Amino acid sequence: MTGPIHGSPGAHVPVLKLGGILLVTLQGELHDRAAEQLQQDIGEAIEASSVTGVVIDISGVEIVDSFLGRVFAEIAAQAKLLAAQTVVAGMRPAVAITLVELGLTLPGLRTALDAQQAMLMLDPASVPVPHSPVRRESP
Amino acid sequence: MTETSGSVTACLPIHSDMDLAWVRQHVRQTAAQLGFGLVEQTKLVTAASELARNTLVHGGGGQVESTALTSGISRGLRLTFRDEGPGITDIQRALSDGYTSGGGLGLGLGGARRLVHEFSIDSRPDEGTAVTVICWVGGAPHPRQEGR
Repeated sequence: MTGPIHGSPGAHVPVLKLGGILLVTLQGELHDRAAEQLQQDIGEAIEASSVTGVVIDISGVEIVDSFLGRVFAEIAAQAKLLAAQTVVAGMRPAVAITLVELGLTLPGLRTALDAQQAMLMLDPASVPVPHSPVRRESP
Repeated sequence: MTETSGSVTACLPIHSDMDLAWVRQHVRQTAAQLGFGLVEQTKLVTAASELARNTLVHGGGGQVESTALTSGISRGLRLTFRDEGPGITDIQRALSDGYTSGGGLGLGLGGARRLVHEFSIDSRPDEGTAVTVICWVGGAPHPRQEGR
């Protein structure tokens, strides 16, 4: 019926808990059903583990169309109602250019350049930052 | 005017969200082979994803035909999405941002048009819709050459 596709449809995207934050890393092709399943999984994970932040790392995602963009916006809206903040991290520049031309600027969505920045935005204590005033190192 | 020639490289079915993923992969691979840059590839694959989803959701399924084009020294890719669905009664309205009949954001058609160089719709009520898009490597050919 359909062509050969890698990965099974409806497969769950792994949702990891790091401290008070959920980290979701998307890779490659995401089927529509997997995206909708992810939305549901994140809601359940927020409730089950009472996290206060969600980071969606999309550095491995080659395209975001209006469907996937809407899923991100809905995940953020849903998480907000469950008292958690969402940050989308690592969007590729080509994806950002395309989304703007498509007309999907996702104004309500917080973004960060990478997952670590996103973790810092949500919980400054979660990532150890080496903030020594000036560190001298002898050559 | 330079003559544009092309040969059909593939015809893919669009009947499920798995097929949408397959269409995206095919368009990306073909665009990369033709020499499209990363941003152009991303735009074309995104436009293809929007249009293939329209074919699936609004047209009840259909197919996409992809054709590699040559016009002078320019190379391009033409994609034609066909369905035998209800057709689009008001094309101008369907192209405007925010108009939706399928519960989406209403960016699909108008958004896809902005991502490609050439765009046309042929739709007849109760017969179906064909949307054709063309992208050229490095931008549209035949730029204005008069004057320098």
